[in-house]
Amino acid sequence: MEKFLLRNTENPNSADIEEYIKTGGYKNISKAFELQPSDIIEEVKKSGLRGRGGAGFPTFMKWSFASADKKFPKYLICNADEGEPGTFKDRPILEKNPHLLIEGMIISGYALKAEYGYIYLRGEYPYAYDVMNQAVRDAYDKGYLGDNILGKNIKFNLVVHLGAGAYICGEETALLDSLEGRRGLPRNKPPFPVNAGAWGMPTIVNNVETLANIPHIIEIGADAYSKIGFPDCPGPKLYCVSGHVEKPGVFELPMGISLREIIYDYAGGTKNGKKLKAVFPGGISAPVLPADSIDCAMDFVSLPKAGSMLGSAAVMVMDETVCMVKIAHRAMKFFERESCGKCTPCREGTEWLRKILERIENGRGRNEDISLLTDISNNIFGKSFCALGDGAAGVMKSILKHFRAEFEEHIKEKRCRFKQKD
Amino acid sequence: MLKEIEDIKAKYPDTRAALLPALYIAQKEFGWLSLDAMKAVANALNLPESDVRGTASFYSMFRLKPAGRNLIQLCTNISCMILGAERLRDLLKDRYGLLPGGTTEDGRFSLVIMECIGACGTAPAMLVNTDLYENLTEHNIAEILGKYK
Repeated sequence: MEKFLLRNTENPNSADIEEYIKTGGYKNISKAFELQPSDIIEEVKKSGLRGRGGAGFPTFMKWSFASADKKFPKYLICNADEGEPGTFKDRPILEKNPHLLIEGMIISGYALKAEYGYIYLRGEYPYAYDVMNQAVRDAYDKGYLGDNILGKNIKFNLVVHLGAGAYICGEETALLDSLEGRRGLPRNKPPFPVNAGAWGMPTIVNNVETLANIPHIIEIGADAYSKIGFPDCPGPKLYCVSGHVEKPGVFELPMGISLREIIYDYAGGTKNGKKLKAVFPGGISAPVLPADSIDCAMDFVSLPKAGSMLGSAAVMVMDETVCMVKIAHRAMKFFERESCGKCTPCREGTEWLRKILERIENGRGRNEDISLLTDISNNIFGKSFCALGDGAAGVMKSILKHFRAEFEEHIKEKRCRFKQKD
Repeated sequence: MLKEIEDIKAKYPDTRAALLPALYIAQKEFGWLSLDAMKAVANALNLPESDVRGTASFYSMFRLKPAGRNLIQLCTNISCMILGAERLRDLLKDRYGLLPGGTTEDGRFSLVIMECIGACGTAPAMLVNTDLYENLTEHNIAEILGKYK
């Protein structure tokens, strides 16, 4: 497939504005400015674009709700807080194709009548921060950003805002609190950000990859775009593959390609040809799939049917040398640490899960521990304030479901047999 | 520092939004966020000191205690863990006496364990200050750290 999101990124100067313009960059702005803002929203609707941040919410719906709100100013926020463990798909856009994101934001800002944009970038990406800031400065110098873009009296100002290491700030309402200079706690909904987001005004929060798709929709038109990949959620998709594979990396492929193809045809198969054991198909919050379930399509519609979710399309591959109790323990340690502490099921539940998993892994598990893990997971799932708790519980339950025997063995044998192989 | 904070305020519709950027500026200036540093930020933005401390303490990248001259941020999340990050963590302890959250006696290094730094495809990985190092091994990590005095 011809690359769009990662176009020209093998060129070491791809982040340079001149290089971007030379390869056709920024020409979609002029094309978009010929259209009415409402026409662009209609085009995005027809394209079938779904948000690439994890939830897969139809982009045009967010856009329509925000457009319908009469309050001004409106804000367009790019969620570049790529914190989901296993995820590094937005990084190549931010570091190697920053002007594609800026072009996407200018077009989106015009469509949404949002004159102010912020890129909320995670603090863990200092290099991307430098690249993005330089790109924004260059875009201002060339007249693509500012109060009178291309002399057309269209205004869009853009600021890169650096986060400071909090996973929860990838949740859009927590992101807004953080942007406003507070602790990043998720907000109660409604009101939704599209009506009362940043500083109480209508706000559209879209993921980096989502916004980077907008120029492509303008370039080739919604009809052609909607024919790429899986019909129910079309378009090019960035899949990032890590763990026990020969060739880890970020692959731009049509949405809906199978997990097996991603692992074996693109990522080179398992490392040293070892036996595949399990896969997180969409980051650490996506329920784990066992090796015999990798013939599923990797899109927002198919994965839930297979018992998981696409999430951030972060494929973490684990081979037979991995202990699933240990994986569950590391995952819960993460959720415990990153729980913002606002709601009890998540704050307390993730800590309990981690503690129980720790004793099972260390050979001190009790017979009742497996039912306890299930019970706690059930009391987190659907009862926590935001998706963080659901993610933790879902992953815990999936590992128990597919690898229960491993937990039983740890408890019975009072040891982890994988440890000796280290 | 105050001039820099003033410039940042202009980028947002509300002063408070400049708090995270201002904390970064103060951290760079003082090396860490002492009570005095946070007080200076509170004054610059006209916010209660308690509020500034409450916000700073929420974020893992704000340092509320003195750090060494070089900050190692080692990822141990799943993709890094299954490719050997724990051995690297142990090596830092054995060779440098460096524990997670701690600082070497000579003040050369501090270590923080990170939750995913987005380098999973080139795991295991770490940041030293703002430099990213990928595909770490027990052999190359010592060489890398040798560059930092």
